[in-house]
Amino acid sequence: MVTVAKTGNEAMAEAMRQINPDVVAAYPITPATEIAMIFAGYVSDGLVDTEYVAVESEHSAMSATIGASVAGARAMTATSSQGLALMYEMLPIASGLRAPIVMPEVNRAISAPINIHCDHSDTMGGRDFGWIQIFSENTQEAYDNLIQAVRIAEHPKVRLPIMVTTDGFIISHCMEKIETLSDEDVKSYIGAFKRDGMLLDTTKPVTVGALDLQDYYFEHKRPVAEAMAAAKDVIVEIGKDFGKKFGRSYGLFERYRLDDADVAIVVLGSTAGTARVAVDELRDKKVKAGMLKLRVFRPFPAAEIAAALSKLKAVAVLDRSDSFSSQGGPLFTEVRSALYEVAMKPKILNFIYGLGGRDIKTPEIISIFGSLQKVLTSGKVENLVNYFGVRE
Amino acid sequence: MATLKELSKRKELFTSGHRACLGCGAAIIARQVMLAAQSSGAEIVVGCATGCLEVVSTIYPYTSWQVPFFHSAFENAAASVSGVEAAYRALKKKAKINRDIKFIAFGGDGGTYDIGFQSLSGAMERGHDLLYVCYNNEAYMNTGIQRSGATPLGASTTTAPAGKVEQGKSQFRKDLTECIVAHRVPYVAQTSVGFWVDLTRKVEKAMSIKGPKFINVLQPCQLGWGYPADQTVQMGKLAADTCFWPLYEVENGVYKVNYKPKEKKPVTEYLKTQARFKHLFKPANAPILERIQGDVDKLWDELLKKSV
Repeated sequence: MVTVAKTGNEAMAEAMRQINPDVVAAYPITPATEIAMIFAGYVSDGLVDTEYVAVESEHSAMSATIGASVAGARAMTATSSQGLALMYEMLPIASGLRAPIVMPEVNRAISAPINIHCDHSDTMGGRDFGWIQIFSENTQEAYDNLIQAVRIAEHPKVRLPIMVTTDGFIISHCMEKIETLSDEDVKSYIGAFKRDGMLLDTTKPVTVGALDLQDYYFEHKRPVAEAMAAAKDVIVEIGKDFGKKFGRSYGLFERYRLDDADVAIVVLGSTAGTARVAVDELRDKKVKAGMLKLRVFRPFPAAEIAAALSKLKAVAVLDRSDSFSSQGGPLFTEVRSALYEVAMKPKILNFIYGLGGRDIKTPEIISIFGSLQKVLTSGKVENLVNYFGVRE
Repeated sequence: MATLKELSKRKELFTSGHRACLGCGAAIIARQVMLAAQSSGAEIVVGCATGCLEVVSTIYPYTSWQVPFFHSAFENAAASVSGVEAAYRALKKKAKINRDIKFIAFGGDGGTYDIGFQSLSGAMERGHDLLYVCYNNEAYMNTGIQRSGATPLGASTTTAPAGKVEQGKSQFRKDLTECIVAHRVPYVAQTSVGFWVDLTRKVEKAMSIKGPKFINVLQPCQLGWGYPADQTVQMGKLAADTCFWPLYEVENGVYKVNYKPKEKKPVTEYLKTQARFKHLFKPANAPILERIQGDVDKLWDELLKKSV
């Protein structure tokens, strides 16, 4: 274990160097560009064995990565925002073909208007394509998540692609002190890549990506759903094992001062760091505040979230993207749905915040807790969906 | 190069039982390419764009492909095979694969001239060791005969139909072969169904060259062009005999015309055999026929000048 100062992008690139994938096919896009750029430097200096394919678009990046993965190689790419959107066509193909691709995804707003800063609309736009999605609060988590992601994606019960996200600029470009593992530790932790029925086994020719009509398509999609459900336990098991080996354990989500809380917020990504400070300040003022920081959005740990929130009186779900469904952001609708079976439901509100990188600070999060306390006093939810921090 | 007798003894890597239309030119191309490609002695892995060829040959749980075959989407055959080829280089380097493998990508004109143009251009520019074969039937046949960048001037398609005001496609087709020549790849060629010697020789040559290769094969389509299903081979020959589709190759930038008809037939000899050009023979459309002939003559003369 070495302590170093790294930005989120540098940490992702460092993890990729240590993973040493067979193939990386990538295309530049702010704020993820540095990941591919730093990695290309490793290729150029002979620090990795990787075949680097400098493709002409993100669509081709994902196409080539899928091709390499089904061929029998450990394959990676990295992207953000419009780049991920250009890959959308290929994302369900990666999961449908059970290609265990690992991809850093730097969260950035989706156009229009064009904006290069953080929100989660890109990743959320890709939430229903059979990809595991893991969010990171900071650079350390991004690094640890990416290394665990290889084991998760390639696990025989899973074999699904996975994206590990960081928040654009907030994590991707901010330097933090992190602990990295030794190259040998990463190598032995992730093990060798194995794929049955790989395309390049010419002794057993297989047709991959066949036309699959009414009589088989459904049977080939169902296992993707099963694998996603199975991924939940695998993620927990791998997160625990990582903790045993390297001292930092991970689960589906973090419960921060939640057990005796009356009011709590549910949050993804870097905002959790700010929220933690807000919770502490409120606790100092005897407000029973807590936080649920969700790490794994896909598979969605509905039962676990419901259990964790069921004893609360009021919950605010913070969404850094909008689904434009008029029913709130994607995290909100899923958390609310998860609570449907719970007998004693907390009051629940949605706060859509931070679109296009608009900052959220401790006093603002404290004000969201203030809204929850008002609900407790009045017993009524006046606005289910709140656009927070926008000039109306 | 392999004789007919030799070819006939080779393993059929694209087998019968597929569901192509009666008289389908794409199936002829796939079969001949896969026979000729065996000359290199290497194993072959195939990638394919969404389109007629993929749809008729891989209906799960059946496949016509006796070699590894990969399809993922419409516009990305070149990018997909780039990834497979990169994986091969990576695994070969690590001695996880010991065999020699060569790569062929197939795409129709829609998947090659239009939606897959960028992906093809990228793969050619990056220098992947692969052969891309375009089976060019000059329209989106799989979805029902829509116009593409390969559709010739005046052809009636379902998205540029001949009507009371419009007379089919009003633009000349894109010269994709020249576009790929401009990528300065080692080998680019045009050929046509009906010239099996030319096609198989070009495939053999392409497979012997390292780097990106491109062969544009004109593929008559009885359904989309409107001719009797037993005339596919004749259609391909007539396209070359009228110089509507010249057979040539460009090796390291050097042009060579591979077929010069003894008597260059008027282009109307070709056009009149197909329903897609039927409306051009109305007296009012004579100027369109003249434009087509003028363009064929101009391009043929230019090609002869470039050819050694």
